[in-house]
Amino acid sequence: MSPAAITAALVTGTATPTGLGPRIAASILQVAAVAVGGPLLVGLMAKIRARAEGRIGAPISQPLRDLRKLVRKERIHAEHASAVLTLAPLVLVASAAVAVAISPLVITAPVLAGGADAFVVVYLLLMGSVALALGGLDPGTAFGGMGSSRAMTIGALAEPALLVSILALSIQAETSNLPGIVTATLAHPGWMANPERLLALVAVVVVVIAETGRIPVDNPSTHLELTMIHEAMVLEHAGPDLGLVTLGEAMRLGLLFGLVANLFFPWGIATNASLPHLALGVGVLGAKAAAIALVIALIEVSTAKLRLFRVPELLSGAFVLAVLAVMTGLVTR
Amino acid sequence: MSEAAYLIGLGAAGAAALLGATLPARRRVLGAALLSSAACVCAFLAAGQVLVSGHAWSAHSAEVLPLTGVSLSLDPLSALFVAAAAVVGLAASCYAIGYAAHSAPSRTATAMLPAFLGSLLLVPAASSVATFMVAWELMALTSLLLLLNEHRQRKEARDAAQWYAAMTHVGAAAILLGLLLLATHAGGQTFAAIAAHRGQLSVALRSAVFVLTLVGFASKAGAVPLHVWLPRAHPEAPSPVSALMSGAMVNLGIYGIIRVGEDLLGGGVLWWWLAVVALGVVSAVFGALHAAASADVKRLLAYSTVDNIGLILVGVGAAGALAVSGERLLAALALLAALFHLVNHALFKGCLFLGAGALQHATGTRDLDRLGGLARRMPVTAALFGIGALSISALPGFNGFASEWLLLESLLHGFADHTDATVVALLIGVAALAITGGLTAAAFVKALGVGFLGQPRTAGAASAREVAPSMLVGMALLAASCIALGIAPGVLLPVLERATASGLAVRPPSPLRAGLGLDLAGVSGAIEPALVVAGLLGALVLAWALVRLSARRSALRHARTAEAWGCGRELQTARMEVTATSFAEPLQRVFVDVLRPDHDLEVTHVAESRFFPQAISYQHRIDDGLERVLYRPVIDAVSAWGRLARRVPNGSVHRYLAFGFVALVLILVVLA
Repeated sequence: MSPAAITAALVTGTATPTGLGPRIAASILQVAAVAVGGPLLVGLMAKIRARAEGRIGAPISQPLRDLRKLVRKERIHAEHASAVLTLAPLVLVASAAVAVAISPLVITAPVLAGGADAFVVVYLLLMGSVALALGGLDPGTAFGGMGSSRAMTIGALAEPALLVSILALSIQAETSNLPGIVTATLAHPGWMANPERLLALVAVVVVVIAETGRIPVDNPSTHLELTMIHEAMVLEHAGPDLGLVTLGEAMRLGLLFGLVANLFFPWGIATNASLPHLALGVGVLGAKAAAIALVIALIEVSTAKLRLFRVPELLSGAFVLAVLAVMTGLVTR
Repeated sequence: MSEAAYLIGLGAAGAAALLGATLPARRRVLGAALLSSAACVCAFLAAGQVLVSGHAWSAHSAEVLPLTGVSLSLDPLSALFVAAAAVVGLAASCYAIGYAAHSAPSRTATAMLPAFLGSLLLVPAASSVATFMVAWELMALTSLLLLLNEHRQRKEARDAAQWYAAMTHVGAAAILLGLLLLATHAGGQTFAAIAAHRGQLSVALRSAVFVLTLVGFASKAGAVPLHVWLPRAHPEAPSPVSALMSGAMVNLGIYGIIRVGEDLLGGGVLWWWLAVVALGVVSAVFGALHAAASADVKRLLAYSTVDNIGLILVGVGAAGALAVSGERLLAALALLAALFHLVNHALFKGCLFLGAGALQHATGTRDLDRLGGLARRMPVTAALFGIGALSISALPGFNGFASEWLLLESLLHGFADHTDATVVALLIGVAALAITGGLTAAAFVKALGVGFLGQPRTAGAASAREVAPSMLVGMALLAASCIALGIAPGVLLPVLERATASGLAVRPPSPLRAGLGLDLAGVSGAIEPALVVAGLLGALVLAWALVRLSARRSALRHARTAEAWGCGRELQTARMEVTATSFAEPLQRVFVDVLRPDHDLEVTHVAESRFFPQAISYQHRIDDGLERVLYRPVIDAVSAWGRLARRVPNGSVHRYLAFGFVALVLILVVLA
């Protein structure tokens, strides 16, 4: 089948052999897998870093235990803040959950197959970032505003690279529909070695590092005021709110790792909603995400955090690579 | 039916202007506002009928305008622009009632607002060169008078009016020249006659006409580098006028480009449209950068208009280029995306400008660095401004997302075109679109977060109160449309398709399938915002419920309010918050080569020792770099020429007689 035919079939719903019910179930499975798997990935990366640095480190399940502790704590609201501070973590989690539900992570075509556009996912991620940044500004403190400002700056520079990388993937698949891209890549395994995909992969990995706040862009374990980005922005969230923020961030990390895995190397993803396929899909997704976690954790161990004003150079490098990927894709098609 | 409603609407606008000029001070605002609201409703109904039925009408009257007569016609393309202007006009008219209670507008200002509104409804319907130019000039003059409204109080208003007058009249002269050239060679001045004879015109002549009119229309639309009047005029105009200027007037520049380029000149040559894409790309990036760096909320909005006009121009240019290579479906898709974004921009920018007016109204300033904490003091304004800000940031569920997505898709699928130049232009267009996305979000997080959240930074902001209900109703109308079109963008589809079809020189196939969401036909791509919004709301409630269920009983009862963390400091004051300027500082530092900020640090020391500073003053401003580079030399040259010319008349009667004599001799020589 040609790419256009595959995606047209997806959009009209004829390509998905399973009904709506199983696909909704598969979407819920995806959300559950990412809600549990995201924090585990964070724990895994901390563990890998600890081991690489010669420490034993906390158990991999530590982030999950932290979450349980946080939601049981007292709710504290900052003095000058409005309802935005309470709403921001909820919007973050909700936007991440919807993005996870419609992305091809465990199964190629979860719910909303035709409308699961890559740009929808990108802008849902933006929605979470905007909510967090507004939450950072809401209490009217120096730290929150500084964190929001830095996070929006990095976000503004990372987004173009992400959008253009997606475009590079879309050219060959002739669609920006996520299930369409994954299905078309499964049908043409040779695409995985295409030069434009490799270029886009590098750009996307840089963006993922920036969006998830890892070294060399941000340091998730620092609480030193001058270098904080993300941690400064969420300083005023406490208890259950902080738990939601942590969960939302972990889900975004899981989603981004999963998308990188499946858009570039879609092996093992379930093509229908039967139980064995889904089980295999979850397992393969976990394995691929763990592999990406290993790579990123190793990058983290081996590099120093960049000065804030060197980060734009890194991100504009990613943008240039992404544009190059689109150009390569257009020339070689 | 549509024709009658339209004419009644125009009449009502005229009557409103008359009432505003004649009624006593206490009643004129309400009278004019009610009549101009009625005018907008009539015009909207008239345009709506044309858009829904697809039947265009035209009318001619020889009596109204001597020598040429007045020709009006409403086809779906015109009707779309009339409808957009009418919606923004209705909101602005309603808003003006409450706004006037505070600012006490003069008789001229009250009369000019409906007149301006009437001209905005008139321009798209004009169907001959003479009618078009008269309406265009009426629009320029009424808006100029409105801009001068507060010239006594503020020098900046005078300055802005001068810039606006110069730019708009240079533009009008270019359009006039272009259209006259066209009319003389096409053997008729009605648009229908010109379109019928376009085949006989040489490419060189058509190109000359296109370039001349493009200069004029781009200066009205605010495309870089002809945008310089925009960041001056929008902040200085009264807020209902800024909303109309940004929501309706700049659109007419786009209208002119489509009408002349596609309808009158028949699509023309590839390089025209590549030039339009280039204008769009430069405008989008330049506007977005300046918006991200501005601390004045209305200046920010004005630059964001430059940005959005840039995106619309990218769509229009892509449509033109694709149509030239014969890709009719893709051309229709690109033009539809551009028109959709134009409608959406009118709605959210109108809402944002009205919101900015409410801010200014309540606090006395539009400097974000002096605001803050307004979400608690004026919650409705904050919510409505928030909806506008989220819409323009293109978050899913708001209308900006639907049209930006469509624009991205049209460029992506446009890559199928086989002309290399077009593909390169589309690639650059996509890159520009991608760059502006994140910057726009940063700019509006700043406007919303610094302006409305946090602690108030000045006494003015601390004592702000919610504005009058009529102002809120005006904003709410636009905000509600933003949400409605965001959730169900498909409802506008048939209307946009008709406007697109009448905007392209060749009749295109339908680019989208009908439905509540957007579903591309012929190429693959779809979004279903309604389902995404439903999912978002569901997930939100679920997350909230899960947190509540897993919490301890004692923690549930109420959230304790505590002081924010101040690094061990006891007191958190508003002076410690980030300001809009400091929020934008990282971005400004990244793009320092484009923005070129001016810093001025002055330290005065105490007399005894220079180690003890007495006062430190720091000034920071970002001027428009292009204005400095492109316009300063021209202005300087003109002023120098003016000074030189002033030396010629020195008061001596002998010299004047000599001038007369020499001139007479020269004329005789030329005639002989």
